[in-house]
Amino acid sequence: MQQPFSVFLIRSFEQDIPERYNNLFKISSCHFYFFIYNIYENHKKKGLIKLDERLIRIIIDSFPKILIPGLKVTLPLTVIAFALALMIATAVALIQFANVAVLKQISRIYIWIIRGTPLLVQLYVVFFGISGMGYLIEPFICAAVVLAVNEGAYCAETIRAALESVSKGQIEAGYCVGMSYMQIIRRIVLPQALRTAFPPLSNSLLSMMKDTSLVACITVAEMFMSAQRIVARTYEPMAVYLEVAVIYLLFSTVLTWLQGIGEKYLNRYQREV
Amino acid sequence: MLEVRDIHKKFADTPVLCGVSIRVDKGDVIAVLGPSGSGKTTLLRCMNFLEKADEGVMIFDGGEYRFGSVKRKEIAAIRRKTAFVFQSYNLFLNKTALQNVTEGLIVARKMPKRDAEVIGQKMLDKVGLSDKYNAYPHQLSGGQQQRVAIARALAAEPEIIYFDEPTSALDPELTGEVLNVMRQLAGEGMTMIVVTHEMEFAKTVSNKVIFMENGVIVEQGSSKEFFEHPKCERTREFLRIEAGNRIV
Repeated sequence: MQQPFSVFLIRSFEQDIPERYNNLFKISSCHFYFFIYNIYENHKKKGLIKLDERLIRIIIDSFPKILIPGLKVTLPLTVIAFALALMIATAVALIQFANVAVLKQISRIYIWIIRGTPLLVQLYVVFFGISGMGYLIEPFICAAVVLAVNEGAYCAETIRAALESVSKGQIEAGYCVGMSYMQIIRRIVLPQALRTAFPPLSNSLLSMMKDTSLVACITVAEMFMSAQRIVARTYEPMAVYLEVAVIYLLFSTVLTWLQGIGEKYLNRYQREV
Repeated sequence: MLEVRDIHKKFADTPVLCGVSIRVDKGDVIAVLGPSGSGKTTLLRCMNFLEKADEGVMIFDGGEYRFGSVKRKEIAAIRRKTAFVFQSYNLFLNKTALQNVTEGLIVARKMPKRDAEVIGQKMLDKVGLSDKYNAYPHQLSGGQQQRVAIARALAAEPEIIYFDEPTSALDPELTGEVLNVMRQLAGEGMTMIVVTHEMEFAKTVSNKVIFMENGVIVEQGSSKEFFEHPKCERTREFLRIEAGNRIV
């Protein structure tokens, strides 16, 4: 077995696959087999125990290098973008709830466009599009704004549904004790809607936290980009990418735990089921 | 004190109120009776502008307001002198009993929080809920919720309180506790308009009765007259069925 492992495997494929699929298979299979072949070669050259020591060292060394950008970039980006998204969403939802003439149409168009195009494309359009026109923009700010505008559209629908779930009687009662529409919205309707919207909004927060990995594409040095750099240096994609997945999971776990606390707080005026 | 002249209201193409006029004097307790769909509730809601009446005039507190063209500010001013008790209570679900009562005072009337709380506690004491200041609506029974709603209505010291079938969602036992509070208010001279199906309450507490059907007033008069010598055939029939139901 002197020929490389991957070549051996591809040869074995060629025997029973029709001619026209051959090239396609060769190319796509190559990536996978090359990966297996690499491990195979490593085992052969260095021996099992030596390999594990190296892997463990890489994992340990890379952990802070991934976590710190996570704490310094991913988390602040998530918090800033989500806070902005909530403001946009609340405004857009209220415009629709209160049936404000022209603004309502604008809100629908905003939601239509943003929900209808991929986040990655939006990031590229704004970052590379504007850079291409000769204006330099800070990648982090660009990322925060695009994420906020994107998530805002989804959250707006969540909040609108929650607003509409509050009974009309609450608004009427507010009028009858002399409150103005805005006072009723702020003090009666929004707090009740928040309880309904909280679980789906937590969903949005989680998915947005994970979506921040996309901003690596517009040169923001966040968690995922640091992982990519480490892989480029060490060539251990499985270990390092699993590691970054675990750190994302860690962040999600904390957010889920916070969601639980939040729900408990908001439940104080709800009937226990 | 309050007068409504020739009020008209349509929902889409269905006429609900076809020229209703009523007059309320200070201290009146007016029971509005009638079968379902007769327009009683709509009348009450139009009088507090929860529904927009198409035509008609309201004379209240020295002002004359056309229902078709009344301004938002005027509505707010009128509402500040009136209060409304709903069939489904409509307590603010995110507020405690005390906050429900003080909310309007603090937010709409800009009263200092401490003063409002004193009034709030006084009103809750009055409806017999001294031990429920900090209970949320879901922790209260229907009768207790409705009594909080009445306390909320009283807190604003309104000149008139509208009751929209205040006991229809309650079982007989809870109905009693709410009616007792209303009876007490009537005794104190509070002006009230009560849409109700409680004949006993109408008979014993109210001084005037309005009987409505199909968007018009069929008969109105003092409650003694109404129950003892009803003039219209339709009223007699209504009272007969009502009496029959009670025996069953």
